[in-house]
Amino acid sequence: MTVRADAIIVGGGIHGCSTAVHLCLRGLRPALIERDYAGRHASGVNAGGVRQLARHVAEIPLSVRSMDVWEGIQDLVGDDCGFDSHGQVLVAENDEELEVCRSRVADLNLRGFIHEELIDAKELRRLVPAVAETCPGGIVSRRDGAANPARTTTAFRRRAEQLGTIVREGIAATNICKDGKLWRVEAGGETYEAPVVVNAAGAWGGRIAASLGEPVPVQTVAPMLMITSRVPEFIKPVVILRGRKLSFKQFANGTVLIGGGHLATPYQDTGETILDWRRLQESARTVWELFPVMRNATVVRAWAGIEARTADDLPVIGPSAKHDGLFHQFGFSLHGFQLGPGTGAVMAELIATGNTNTPIDGLRIERFAT
Amino acid sequence: MTINRPMRDEYDLAVIGAGPAGLAAASLAAQSGLLTLLLDENQGPGGQVWRAVTSTPVKETRLLGDDYWAGSKLVEEVRASGAEILQGATVWSLDRHLEIGISAGGGSQFIRAERVILATGALERPFPIPGWTLPGVMTAGAAQTALKSSGLIPDGKTVVAGQGPLFWLLTAQILRMGGRIDLVLDTTERRNYLRALPHAAAFLTSPYFRKGLAMMREVRSKVRVVSGVTRIAASGNGRLEEVAYEAGGRSVSVPADLLLLHQGVVPNVNLAMSAGVKHRWDDIQLCWSPVLDANGGTSVEGIAIAGDGAGIGGALAAVERGRIAARAAVEALRPQAGAKVPSMETFRAALAKAERGRIFLDVLFRPSKQFRIPGGDTIVCRCEEVTAQDILDSVAIGATGPNQLKAYRRTGMGPCQGRLCGLTVTELMAEARGKPPEEIGYYRLRAPVKPITLSELASLPKNESATKAVVRG
Ligand SMILES: Cc1cc2nc3c(=O)[nH]c(=O)nc-3n(C[C@H](O)[C@H](O)[C@H](O)COP(=O)(O)OP(=O)(O)OC[C@H]3O[C@@H](n4cnc5c(N)ncnc54)[C@H](O)[C@@H]3O)c2cc1C
Ligand SMILES: Cc1cc2nc3c(=O)[nH]c(=O)nc-3n(C[C@H](O)[C@H](O)[C@H](O)COP(=O)(O)OP(=O)(O)OC[C@H]3O[C@@H](n4cnc5c(N)ncnc54)[C@H](O)[C@@H]3O)c2cc1C
Repeated sequence: MTVRADAIIVGGGIHGCSTAVHLCLRGLRPALIERDYAGRHASGVNAGGVRQLARHVAEIPLSVRSMDVWEGIQDLVGDDCGFDSHGQVLVAENDEELEVCRSRVADLNLRGFIHEELIDAKELRRLVPAVAETCPGGIVSRRDGAANPARTTTAFRRRAEQLGTIVREGIAATNICKDGKLWRVEAGGETYEAPVVVNAAGAWGGRIAASLGEPVPVQTVAPMLMITSRVPEFIKPVVILRGRKLSFKQFANGTVLIGGGHLATPYQDTGETILDWRRLQESARTVWELFPVMRNATVVRAWAGIEARTADDLPVIGPSAKHDGLFHQFGFSLHGFQLGPGTGAVMAELIATGNTNTPIDGLRIERFAT
Repeated sequence: MTINRPMRDEYDLAVIGAGPAGLAAASLAAQSGLLTLLLDENQGPGGQVWRAVTSTPVKETRLLGDDYWAGSKLVEEVRASGAEILQGATVWSLDRHLEIGISAGGGSQFIRAERVILATGALERPFPIPGWTLPGVMTAGAAQTALKSSGLIPDGKTVVAGQGPLFWLLTAQILRMGGRIDLVLDTTERRNYLRALPHAAAFLTSPYFRKGLAMMREVRSKVRVVSGVTRIAASGNGRLEEVAYEAGGRSVSVPADLLLLHQGVVPNVNLAMSAGVKHRWDDIQLCWSPVLDANGGTSVEGIAIAGDGAGIGGALAAVERGRIAARAAVEALRPQAGAKVPSMETFRAALAKAERGRIFLDVLFRPSKQFRIPGGDTIVCRCEEVTAQDILDSVAIGATGPNQLKAYRRTGMGPCQGRLCGLTVTELMAEARGKPPEEIGYYRLRAPVKPITLSELASLPKNESATKAVVRG
């Protein structure tokens, strides 16, 4: 049987689901094909950091746009997604690090971005009382925060379906090819046809791009996280250390999420990961040193998610440089959760109108063309 | 400070769990010359059935039964075998590279083995009735643990409810020790007797037949037993005060201080699943069981499972499965040494004998649906206080399996790591969606399979004075 749609979205992560919602809002009827279930991979298991802080300038406009969407998330998807905005704080542990922060904020201000604010030791202590006395300051981005990733992705998926998206889970999209003006995709014994196809396949997006003649230097990685039992409230914003691999978030229920980019071994074909406990042990040691209140907390779970990391740590967003009707939206390089809600809106704009007011020039696939 | 830790970083064989299966496996492997490490989280060897066999304050043989004391022989055997035995060592991580994360003596450590035998035994099946989370309601197994390790017995108004071979054993053990039991509520479904009948002949020749019958008779001679119980609810203000039940269409309430629940045991799958071992839904035992070859080998190269973790078979079967898995490891790593130990056929014959009649028990004691799949505001997930209705509501708006459910409700994400709710969630969702449990699946489990403190993981001390000592030192 052949299913006709206005667009075929490959991948039901936050990106595919968000694009589906926004296409529906523009009156189009997409089909979304997800091999496992929506949110099974990076989008459902990430740290939930909703962060504009410390982003590469090329993706700041997109991140700022996304922040606006986050602030109206309840109205958009009918669920608050567990989103809170207690800010995100980058901690400088010494004067040298604070100097780097100072010039970063000055540079952003020159470019017209004001979301990052330099803070001194006193303000740092006010925001994060548990931090060591010796830390001289840092940067805060006050509108930032965190959300529940699985809940968010599920909410976008549900909304997409309510608005008319054909959602297919548990089947993989294969044989993506163009026949005349139409793209054809096979999945679960059916053929899907549409003038547009969106490659939102996360860690698998690189393979799809390559199979269509647009290789991108992208690597598959698997960042790890661990979560502890409940401890008394001691920290509200998300905290990131400038000099070490550590990020830190305490949820309303008291549990603490510890991350920071140490990597597990990914098995891309089966979607599995194997944790590297020696690296998690390093994270545990850092937390032990910095936050004595955490020493008795138990580590309840640890996990990793599979994610695509490009050579320049920036996503691939926008129309293909080679084929009409093909759009890329992958390679989010460990920081694409916050970008999801806004990127979907930009993609829908690009697909429906051919244009977007949000600058994405540094993110297009052309940058890798040789 | 005595440091309780493995002596090496690498072993030929690591056996996890020192119950009947693990003791038998470690002893046979070490006798055959494999460099063997036996790890167990309890303070002493013995597992569930022989818990505290080397240290129990209960010295009178008759009270715990001959089977209990049989454990000491196997413990002596493994102690003489040359295996390195580490008690108080919790294995919280195992991966497909056979790297093992251990926490012992307040710190954590990693070792690697050429082969791993998981002998982590069974857990009690959840028994989610209304009020099961009230103080004063506990599992019969927890009561047995207190009895074996500390000689503690119930002395208030006590009701014991449930079914299964262990149910009768435990009840008998408490009574023999002078513990108080006012009422036994037997939940065995009446029609199960008919269903089990075709398997009775095999059971008559089982080693468990005579003992089982004697035990049931012993209990009935001492306490009032109500059979055919179809509903149980616990209630009380802040703690258990009353047990209500229904039998033969009649509803009765009795006052109670303690309610002990038990409806059988199921494989403890957490460590195996987290290592990536493939499991299947067992429609007879109504639980997840690992997919195994004839030697207990799993889908993960180098990992075998023996004992009740491989599917419930009881202590005698556990011993033989342990020996089979160990012999397979010996054949793989030291083929010449295999000649010294009894042949695989010997062990397989012994296993067949030990397993005789098991199907009779499985069918007779298949727990009934109303005690496995609760409804309404009965709690399913104790850690996050999620009710059966909450789960049904999530299914109605799109949750398709236990992992998807986490996005709606935090089921399975608390400290019990699904041990107390996993089976209930699978069966409840299967029923609600009209799908077989196999299709619904189970939580994707990840290490640490047992919570460890941050200090343990960091292998750094946790209190102020110890911290100062480190800083000064
Ligand atoms: C541990 C961890 C922590 C993170 N923390 C943060 C954070 O705090 N803040 C932040 O902003 N970002 C964070 N990230 C990054 C963020 O999670 C990702 O960038 C983002 O989720 C990517 O979304 P996606 O939709 O592109 O990919 P995915 O969520 O991976 O979705 C892609 C989907 O495509 C499906 N798929 C692939 N191939 C096919 C096919 N052929 N047919 C059908 N379906 C297919 C896959 O099954 C998958 O579900 C983190 C990532 C990880 C792993
Ligand atoms: C609560 C309970 C009570 C029981 N009582 C009896 C009884 O009295 N008589 C009887 O015949 N049967 C009893 N059984 C049934 C029992 O499962 C079998 O009879 C028999 O003990 C199975 O032997 P095994 O070697 O497979 O596992 P077990 O005897 O259960 O031994 C498993 C061992 O592994 C250890 N372990 C588990 N996980 C880890 C880990 N991650 N790290 C380190 N160590 C670990 C456990 O502490 C335990 O010592 C009981 C079962 C349960 C659950």
